[in-house]
Amino acid sequence: MHDGGQAAVMEAHWGGGAAPFGATWQKTMMWIFIVTDALLFSGLLCGYAFLRQAAIQPWPKQSEVFSIPFIALMTFILITSSMTMGSAVTAARLGDHKKARTMLAITIFGGLCFLGCQAYEWSHLIHEGARLTGALPGSTLAAEGVPPVFTQAFFVLTGFHGSHVLSGLIILIVTLVRWSMRKTPSQGVEMAGLYWHFVDLVWVFIFTLFYLL
Amino acid sequence: MATHAAHAEHAHAPQAFIWKYVFSKDHKVIGIQYYVTAMLMALVAGLLAMLIRVQLAWPEKDYTWLGKIFPMGYDVGGGFGVMRPEFYAMLFTMHGTIMVFFVLSTAPVSGFGNLLIPLQVGARDMAFPFLNGLSYWTFLPGCLVILASFFVESGAAAGGWTSYPPLSALKGAVPGSGTGQTMWIIGMVFFIASFTMGGLNFVTTILNLRTKGLSMFRLPLTMWAMFLVAILGLLAFPALVAACIMLVFDRHYGTSFFIPAQIALNNVPLLTQAGTPLHQGGSPLLWQHLFWFLGHPEVYILMLPALGFTSDILSTFSRRPIFGYKSMVLAMCGIGFLSFIVWGHHMFVSGMSPYLGMAFAVGTILIAVPSAVKVFNWLATLYRSRIRFTTPMLWAMGVISLFISGGLSGVWLAQAGPDIHLHDTMFVAAHFHLIMAGAALFGVFGATAYWFPKMFGRLMSEPLGKVHFWFTFITYYGTFFPMHYIGIAGHMRRIYDPYQYEFLKPLQPINELITMSALILGASQIIFFVNFFWSAFKGKKAGENPWEANGLEWTTQSPPPHGNWPGEIPEVHRWPYEYSNPDAPRDHVMQHEPAGAAAGH
Repeated sequence: MHDGGQAAVMEAHWGGGAAPFGATWQKTMMWIFIVTDALLFSGLLCGYAFLRQAAIQPWPKQSEVFSIPFIALMTFILITSSMTMGSAVTAARLGDHKKARTMLAITIFGGLCFLGCQAYEWSHLIHEGARLTGALPGSTLAAEGVPPVFTQAFFVLTGFHGSHVLSGLIILIVTLVRWSMRKTPSQGVEMAGLYWHFVDLVWVFIFTLFYLL
Repeated sequence: MATHAAHAEHAHAPQAFIWKYVFSKDHKVIGIQYYVTAMLMALVAGLLAMLIRVQLAWPEKDYTWLGKIFPMGYDVGGGFGVMRPEFYAMLFTMHGTIMVFFVLSTAPVSGFGNLLIPLQVGARDMAFPFLNGLSYWTFLPGCLVILASFFVESGAAAGGWTSYPPLSALKGAVPGSGTGQTMWIIGMVFFIASFTMGGLNFVTTILNLRTKGLSMFRLPLTMWAMFLVAILGLLAFPALVAACIMLVFDRHYGTSFFIPAQIALNNVPLLTQAGTPLHQGGSPLLWQHLFWFLGHPEVYILMLPALGFTSDILSTFSRRPIFGYKSMVLAMCGIGFLSFIVWGHHMFVSGMSPYLGMAFAVGTILIAVPSAVKVFNWLATLYRSRIRFTTPMLWAMGVISLFISGGLSGVWLAQAGPDIHLHDTMFVAAHFHLIMAGAALFGVFGATAYWFPKMFGRLMSEPLGKVHFWFTFITYYGTFFPMHYIGIAGHMRRIYDPYQYEFLKPLQPINELITMSALILGASQIIFFVNFFWSAFKGKKAGENPWEANGLEWTTQSPPPHGNWPGEIPEVHRWPYEYSNPDAPRDHVMQHEPAGAAAGH
């Protein structure tokens, strides 16, 4: 049993009963990390909700500031990429190497489209006078009565989510390369998938709580 | 088979000094690294406390000599040295920050957690050894940043360990709000990142790497404490990260998450060139909510390991099974759960709705129930037992004592009414120094003496340990018990010269008594450091199981080799508290002994 070298010796064997949730430690660790990261977003979202409740100025109508159909398109793209990610995980598990590769590539493409849309949205709003510290005096947004809390919450929430999408993309690209080189087991694809689904789920909350409500 | 396995491990254990002792992935080395770093940080934070105490007892004395050591802290004019108020604010801020995060969250959790988890659950190492090593090497830069912040131009952070805005959000609020506060945030980010990596490892190792037969309800209570602490940390720290992100934006990019419009700095309103408010719509209360959502679970992150150590030590040296094992586990789970819904009791004076205040008060008082369950279980374990008064046992009993005395004042503070009078007085300082700081510290000392063999293969000196305990125990109460009294009398918690107020002048003799006690307390810690380093190199050699205890960590050599067990990992057949079973041949049956051993075959 020790012929596998250090890995075999150091790997402790599960023996305490049934593995909790039938998950390996790698997957358990990913899940717990996702919970932690979700709470980070909860902190930011709660902060935003708190300040919005406490705001003296009226909250602007989101449909006047943003183009909601465009945001809905972004949401659609991201959710579709979650679906293709699901197919990639299933294919990887079933050992369909080629399909998993294709699906991963489509997912990455979807993520890139989302980031592109976000960049467009940011530049559009900045052009209209949105700044981190509030609407630029005399700009279109200032005329609409956008309070500083609105823009700062917008940039911090979407920016923080965007950075998560970016790191998700990096993880996916690494996974795709390693998968193509047959260097990662199907669990690697599954864990990258977990993170990607989480990033998408966070967007659903941001979309609902910031753009719609 | 066994010798073959031993060979395999020997061959693969890293040999070079730098990989074996510096950038190690071995959980025992990482645990010791964490522990030693935390204890050195404790020295720094302890010295800050000594300066605080000297100032509070004799603020009118001439401190020219201290001014020579700390030129930034004292105004020395005309041959007479006086402490600067902002230096005092820096002292209590950094004392609190270092003690809470870099000492008492680190030594028991990251230190003993890393050392003990694989040994007590029967694993070769943590689940992800590389992440474990990385977590220490993330923690150390955090320590260095925090220490370096003392030497920046305007001094370290001075907005309290809670870093309430606007003191922390406006760079010009107090001298420490500039670079010092920035470094505070950087240090905390390092700390939280390292704690998260550690916590991920703790939970997955305890869940997934237990040895054969070791079900969750056969885990030592220390393991339950570590498990819960890791979960608390993973759920609570993100709130502080979110708050720190917003704080960084407020400080450096001009947002106003925490800064309201009506703010003035040095009596000058903060306005833009056009005359409109520079900040708008922020709320300092948001920080308080986010901070205390972390802050309250954080105090249990400090406490729970000490409660776990105490249970294990108590059972071993009273030679009795721990009373009510499952109720102990449930009590810890209950404390952990309640800690998330009571953060508002730190904010009773913030003007919250009385109905909300009442909900927080009731939740807080509820914590007394699981805490009392623990205390009664400990007392029932001790009842009519033959106690072996070793050093770890003394510390464990010290924990119980402090847990009771600190817990009783907690019931006062939990209620909104009394708390409005006692808020931010020395009474609060007395309360949390007894229960949170004291119990955690005593737990660490107890655990050090108890598991020293598994760190260095030797025993700590018993006479030195006992002298250290009695000095610490008596002076700890001598320092913090009188603080209740001056707190009720109205002595504020963060004031550099209380005697500028007429009504506090009569309290000076009590403050002098406290300070003398604190100085002895500080000095007696030298005994510990001498004992620690002397014993690590020259102490009596310990066998595998010097205390005749039952846990899996006592089934291997002291200190355990790389891979923890030279041969196969032992199998577990029972819980770790099988003491004084009349049917067994010995007064203790170890976890790995086969079923027949307990029945006396």
